[in-house]
Amino acid sequence: MQALIERKHQTVQHLKDQPEMLVCDQLKKVYPTPKGDYVVLDDLNLSIRKGEFVSIIGHSGCGKSTLLTMIAGLNDISGGKIKVDGTPVIEAGPDRAVVFQSPSLLPWLSALDNVMIGVKQVFPHASRAQKQDICKYYLDKVGLGADFDKKAHSLSQGMQQRVGIARAFALKPKLLLLDEPFGMLDSLTRGELQDVLLEIWQREKITAVAITHDVDESIFLADRVIMMTSGPYAKIGDELIIPFERPRVRKAVLEHPEYYDYRGYLMNFLNH
Amino acid sequence: MAIIELNNVSKSFGMGASRVDVLSDINLQVAEGEFVAIVGFSGSGKTTLINLLNGLAFPDQGEVLLHGQPVTGPGPDRGVIFQNYSLLPWLSVYNNVKLAVDEVFPQLSSKEKASHIKKYIGMVNLTPAMDKLPKELSGGMRQRVSVARALAMNPEILLMDEPLSALDALTRGSLQEEIIRIWSQDKKTAILITNDVDEGILMADRIIPLTPGPKATLGPEFTIDIERPRDLSAINQNDDYKKLRNEIIEYLIEVGASRKKSGDQHYILPDLKPVLPGRVFPGIKRKSEKVKYF
Amino acid sequence: MKDKTIHTMRTLGLGFLEPLVRLFAGEEPKKNGLALVRGTLLPLLSILVFILVWHLGATALYNKEAEARIEKARTEQGDEAAAAMADCIASGDISCQPNTLPSPKQVYAAYISLWKDHLNITDKKREFREKVADTNAERAEQGLDPITYTGRPSFVDQIGTSLKTVAAGFLLALVIAVPIGIIIGLSDVLRNSFNWLIQILKPVSPVVWLLLVFMVVKTLITDPQMDKSFIISAISVGLCAMWATLVNTSLGVSSVDKDYINVAKVLKLGVGKKIFKIILPASFPLIFTGLRITVSVAWMVLIAIELLAQSPGLGSFVWEEFQNGASDSNAKIIVAMFIIGIIGFLLDRIMLTVQQLMTFQKA
Repeated sequence: MQALIERKHQTVQHLKDQPEMLVCDQLKKVYPTPKGDYVVLDDLNLSIRKGEFVSIIGHSGCGKSTLLTMIAGLNDISGGKIKVDGTPVIEAGPDRAVVFQSPSLLPWLSALDNVMIGVKQVFPHASRAQKQDICKYYLDKVGLGADFDKKAHSLSQGMQQRVGIARAFALKPKLLLLDEPFGMLDSLTRGELQDVLLEIWQREKITAVAITHDVDESIFLADRVIMMTSGPYAKIGDELIIPFERPRVRKAVLEHPEYYDYRGYLMNFLNH
Repeated sequence: MAIIELNNVSKSFGMGASRVDVLSDINLQVAEGEFVAIVGFSGSGKTTLINLLNGLAFPDQGEVLLHGQPVTGPGPDRGVIFQNYSLLPWLSVYNNVKLAVDEVFPQLSSKEKASHIKKYIGMVNLTPAMDKLPKELSGGMRQRVSVARALAMNPEILLMDEPLSALDALTRGSLQEEIIRIWSQDKKTAILITNDVDEGILMADRIIPLTPGPKATLGPEFTIDIERPRDLSAINQNDDYKKLRNEIIEYLIEVGASRKKSGDQHYILPDLKPVLPGRVFPGIKRKSEKVKYF
Repeated sequence: MKDKTIHTMRTLGLGFLEPLVRLFAGEEPKKNGLALVRGTLLPLLSILVFILVWHLGATALYNKEAEARIEKARTEQGDEAAAAMADCIASGDISCQPNTLPSPKQVYAAYISLWKDHLNITDKKREFREKVADTNAERAEQGLDPITYTGRPSFVDQIGTSLKTVAAGFLLALVIAVPIGIIIGLSDVLRNSFNWLIQILKPVSPVVWLLLVFMVVKTLITDPQMDKSFIISAISVGLCAMWATLVNTSLGVSSVDKDYINVAKVLKLGVGKKIFKIILPASFPLIFTGLRITVSVAWMVLIAIELLAQSPGLGSFVWEEFQNGASDSNAKIIVAMFIIGIIGFLLDRIMLTVQQLMTFQKA
């Protein structure tokens, strides 16, 4: 436990030479309400390097989703700056692919078409066969190799979310944003999908930011866990580096002697 | 002597090509005063199991016995708490509980009923909200009304079908504590269906996994020896807890892995760089979040 | 094979025949037999009960009016006249039959006579065509219009005219309401500025629309040969019925789930793709609901409009029979009522089937 506390603020070692992919500088977000302005985020500073997987935990309503949607470009910035790969964020785009909490697949399209609609946007120069290959590759990787042509509305929640993950990865984004992607699933399907996510991520090592309220999930997925304080005026409270080897095998992670120390630290922060 | 048991129970739905064997060969004995948690995947037949226990469904094979007698239908001796509260939206908290009490205790005088109802509303800490309508309550509060209503019927057995799944983590934690606190007072028999292993470990004496459907059946039992009252952050350091938790999770992973499908094809990813699609109105930033074209 | 048959039947709206198919396949005879009785035989039974009650009611009314006539004859002309009246009524002489709600038997007789009349007129038409075939060929060479049959149309012809008019009206409504609905749905500004206009025009009665259209068409189309009544009817029907589609389309488009819009934003879809690939499919359910309402409104106002526009359809048939006052007019009107109802039901069923085929079912 002592070693954990000493290590927790060091940079993730294998990434320290990578450029910064995401920088949030003194970020502020204000919502006007009938009772006056409600300041959700204030003076939030965050820096993530290329290839890093960061998870953000905090209580519901603390502003985690607001932060993510601002990085995605779906929500306006009230103050401060967000820069992705050096460019300021103005609007949404496929370079910051989002996996939403509810799968938001287009239900009248098949799984393949749902991924294809994004692939067509970012790979207009590819041939038809190449586009098909991209879609099928990612769908196969998420475990839907036999269900390309099934209509999205006939898939279960878990399968829909898999398509959502495939769709996001197929865009080859610079930044992958996940907004409580498994929140709507039961905790057992959640485990399956975490494995699927990490398996795809392992190959491409896309910079990723995942929001979750599940402590175990945040440890299992990330290189670094960021803890947000509760709103209003939420900001980054604390950080924890997770040194477990990649690729992460759940059994090995669970049986790591320090696993429950990390778990306890995070639960402590949430319960403070 | 078990108070409620399922012997070789099987249940299917549909006919012919659309027939689904939901549950197969279920065996379960619950002793009086025991708290049993059944952990399972979604869609594996948990709700069917609860319906068999509370008499809203009947097994195709095998028997469901209560005190040694087959279950013939629902009754106030088995109180049920559902996932979606099922409160009547036009009745206040007090009247929702009163509806149940009127059914089960018609012989009580109105003063006795009133004090009975108020006692259970107080037990779930909702006395200040007694006259509010369900739509004025938060999700956690509505579920507490559900709990109060179930308990006010003074059932012998409490059946809970994923009661806390629809709530956020914080409310879930506090309601777990509250349910255990109430349960400890009377030590009624309780069967909890949940998809969260930690919830099961926190609340139950025994955890039994339900394998994924179709043909779901009950897996091996795990006894929880940890002393009550249990606090999740405190037991985090307990070695027995860690071992037990890992065992259960690893068992579920194994069982879940067997249902993963993978195609036979291997697809090759073309090596292409993505481009940013053209902007609709270059330079103009969309102000509001609604779709606006004019 | 059996499952496919059942699935097709369900899509066509014939789901109540499912137990019959299963019975043929030998599946669970008791359960399916019971379902068949409940789904098919009981409704048939209720129809028979309805006809029985109708028959009893009509007979009671007949007797009441007959007695009233006999009484009238007695008080005005004495007992002998009363007895004569009674004989007259009993003998079935048309001149003194009570004129009240027809019984099922009379309605059925009227139906048969209408059908015979139709066959009669079809034959006449065929003879006429053969007779003028040569003359028409010559006229065609000279560039003149052919001579057409100008006799009175039969009942079935009139049904045909009505169906054509309602189809034309519906298509008109579709072509006007859907694009306008989409445009209004997409833009807040337009929606607010035109809302008052839509709300005021929506409840306007079909009769008023007819008169407006008549004024406009009369001025625009000066060629006396053209069949103005058909155009006027079709346009009026379309204008009356389109409001449901318009409102539903704009509602559907403006209330597309925000999640889908977010997806469009993240993928940076262009305007055209956004509308055709995301917004339109997402609002299909509401658009189709609007179309169904439009069809049923169109069929209902059609009768009134045809009546006034003198278009040779079911509406004018009803009016003529009413004016006619012949002994079996009432019965013919009731035949028309049933035909109108059944066609309306079938039209709705067709729309429902199309809707199910085209929209997705939420899992």
